[in-house]
Amino acid sequence: MESTILRIEDFSAYFGENQILKDINLSTSKNLVTTLMGPSGCGKTTLIRCVNRMHELIPGTKVSGKIYLQNKDIYEMEPIILRRQIGMVFQKPNPFPTMSIYDNVIAGYKLNGIRLGKDEFDKIVERSLKNAALWDEVKNSLYRKGTFLSGGQQQRLCIARALAMNPEILLLDEPTSALDPKSTTQIEELIVELKKTTTMLLVTHNIAQAARVSDYTAFLYLGELVEFGLTEKMFTVPKDKRTEEYLTGKFG
Amino acid sequence: MKSDIRGRIIKDRIFKSLVTLLVFVSLLPLLLILYYITKNGISVINWEFLTQLPRPIGEAGGGVFNAIVGSIMLIIISSVFSIPFGITAGIYLSEKKEGKLCNIVRLCVVVLQGTPSIVIGIIAYIWIVAPIQSFSAFSGGIALGIMMLPVIIKTTEETLKLIPYQLKEASLALGVPYYKTILKVILPAGLSGILTGILLSVARITGETAPLLFTAFGNQFMNYNILKPIDSLPYRIFYYAMSPYPEWHAFAWGASFILVVVVLGFNLIARGIAIKWKVQF
Amino acid sequence: MTSVDRSERNFTKILTISAIIIIVLLLAVFLTLVIASLPSIKTFGLKFFFGKTWDASAEKFGALPFLVGTLLTSFLSLLISIPFSISISIFLGEYLKEGPIPTFLRSSIEVLAGIPSVIYGLWGLFFLMPFVRSLEVLFGTAPHGVGILTSALVLAIMIIPFSASIGREVITLVPSDLKEAAYSLGATRFEVIKNIIIPYARSGIIAGILLALGRAIGETMAVTMLIGNSNFLPTSIFSPANTMASVIANEFAEATGITASSLMYVGLVLFLVTMVVNIMGTYIIKKVSIEASKEVT
Repeated sequence: MESTILRIEDFSAYFGENQILKDINLSTSKNLVTTLMGPSGCGKTTLIRCVNRMHELIPGTKVSGKIYLQNKDIYEMEPIILRRQIGMVFQKPNPFPTMSIYDNVIAGYKLNGIRLGKDEFDKIVERSLKNAALWDEVKNSLYRKGTFLSGGQQQRLCIARALAMNPEILLLDEPTSALDPKSTTQIEELIVELKKTTTMLLVTHNIAQAARVSDYTAFLYLGELVEFGLTEKMFTVPKDKRTEEYLTGKFG
Repeated sequence: MKSDIRGRIIKDRIFKSLVTLLVFVSLLPLLLILYYITKNGISVINWEFLTQLPRPIGEAGGGVFNAIVGSIMLIIISSVFSIPFGITAGIYLSEKKEGKLCNIVRLCVVVLQGTPSIVIGIIAYIWIVAPIQSFSAFSGGIALGIMMLPVIIKTTEETLKLIPYQLKEASLALGVPYYKTILKVILPAGLSGILTGILLSVARITGETAPLLFTAFGNQFMNYNILKPIDSLPYRIFYYAMSPYPEWHAFAWGASFILVVVVLGFNLIARGIAIKWKVQF
Repeated sequence: MTSVDRSERNFTKILTISAIIIIVLLLAVFLTLVIASLPSIKTFGLKFFFGKTWDASAEKFGALPFLVGTLLTSFLSLLISIPFSISISIFLGEYLKEGPIPTFLRSSIEVLAGIPSVIYGLWGLFFLMPFVRSLEVLFGTAPHGVGILTSALVLAIMIIPFSASIGREVITLVPSDLKEAAYSLGATRFEVIKNIIIPYARSGIIAGILLALGRAIGETMAVTMLIGNSNFLPTSIFSPANTMASVIANEFAEATGITASSLMYVGLVLFLVTMVVNIMGTYIIKKVSIEASKEVT
């Protein structure tokens, strides 16, 4: 495999007495999209949230095993430092409502008190919005608050916000579930375009979306990693019976 | 059967008329009060009334300038005391949500809110007036501040509870520490609600007299020293209303007019802020 | 520990400390009242509540006149106000919920609630006093103009907004499918209100009344100005009297020694009574809203 950005080893996650994830082994490669796929309750959302340690914000959670980001154990780091290296986009677009579009893009810097010159920030804003395919639509209203944007535009703003921090990996937790079909297509096209520069881990319950955008896919079922491999191969010749049943719509 | 139904329909109509009648009768006092205040108050108000100090009885003229300034000073003192405490306690309750300490604090807020204002006045007297042997604006401000606390705490908690969790998530996912998330993302988002709560509690204490009876006490003269007694609009109204002099009664109406305008003004601004500055999610 | 960790810990500490301060504040209020009334408690004990005489020069203090005064004014004001506040609740909750008239009505109620107590007192002096005086002339009693009835009247007006808004909220919480079932059986509006809505909303309405009662008991200024400041046991609703709140307002400034301590004792009782009433009212409202939210799901 090409250089591995993220490596998950024998990873388990618990919520109270329940074991949500069982001994997951998985890795993502640079500038590729890896998708976590599976029916509701399979643990895919929990897994992605463990990568930037957002899972531990809920009281009563426990984990075991290791996750390495660029060969560094994420549980040996300060969560805050870790999260600055990872970008996350959520299911429901959540731009900061009290900030302008401009400030939203550089929110990661501003809120952390990182001060760069206005020119630097201008460059970052333009670059991030262009990478998120939003620049042309908002370049004349950068100082307005982002609440007038449509759902799809807001989500692209959130992507720009995450990209502005130059993350090692971008996590996308069902980024199109709350969007209309047109915006969904736009985001999918954006993801394919972003592959050139960004490593991504995607969670989706939409099988067709996984087929369209991802290079590698992991199929999770009841907390176990059932199958992992090249998307094309897995979707045409799945190795596990459960994978086949899921892909053909027998459950999920 | 038929007369039965007729009877029931008549009862229904009578009830509706009775209810409507009672509703509109209950509005009468409000109309009367506002009418009296405006009629008697407006004629008294002029530039002199607003900028002069009271004159001793027998002398014509004078005004309530010291009362106006006093009220402003009391509002400032009580706000300085209550706003920081109130907001931080409100943040605590909205973040902690459950737990023994949480529930006890909520109970305390309920009790504090229901405590009669005169009792708070006595407390402020024992704590501040008695030890320094002097009535003071400071003690009055503290008493009013204690009265402001429950409203500020409650509105802060309620406003922050309404902010969707996604906002916090977005900030935390960017690697922003928890305390900065609260201060720089959550609080600004809830600002309109919190400001509304503050303004409403200011409106309430501006009109309070009972806690000032033994604390700020009232003062014929102008006073900017917070360690000395100070006048206030409600106190002046009380003092003039209970006096036997018709000139002073007229002044009481004038001061009432000012007070009502100010209190209702604060209420209106509070509502306006709640609507106009409300953050959409 | 990084500086971020330290800031996090300090922040959480500050939050917790401010919460604890609230609890400490309330405890301090209670303890202060107790300590200040100790001399009087030691001298009079529980007989304080049955003593009819309040005589500062003889240093004999009994709070019965004020307990009776408070009871009479509060309950009389409740009695007068309940028909009005329930009518408002029913009107806004059932008959006319949207539109310019309900909005005007709701705003008026809010304005009514916002008018300072001392202004109610002022208005009462010039409007209610002559009115009650003419009543007293009619009934052939001494035309004081001030007294229990006058204060009860002004209190009634002041507490209408409290019970009205709570009542209105609980009435709107009544599930519409219950009402629809009743209407589909041919009930008139009055019958639906009487047999379905009011019983269902009963606890909430009672809570509103309790909170209004708490307010009435603790109300000071308007009552002080209209009750006549008499320390004798009231004999009729026309008698001048004093409530627990008004006697403190009238006498505290010049009180010393055992007089002051007895006034504090009255204050302690006032504090405890309003506390109990308010806790009861709030508890009922909480239960009602929890049940209502369960119904929705």
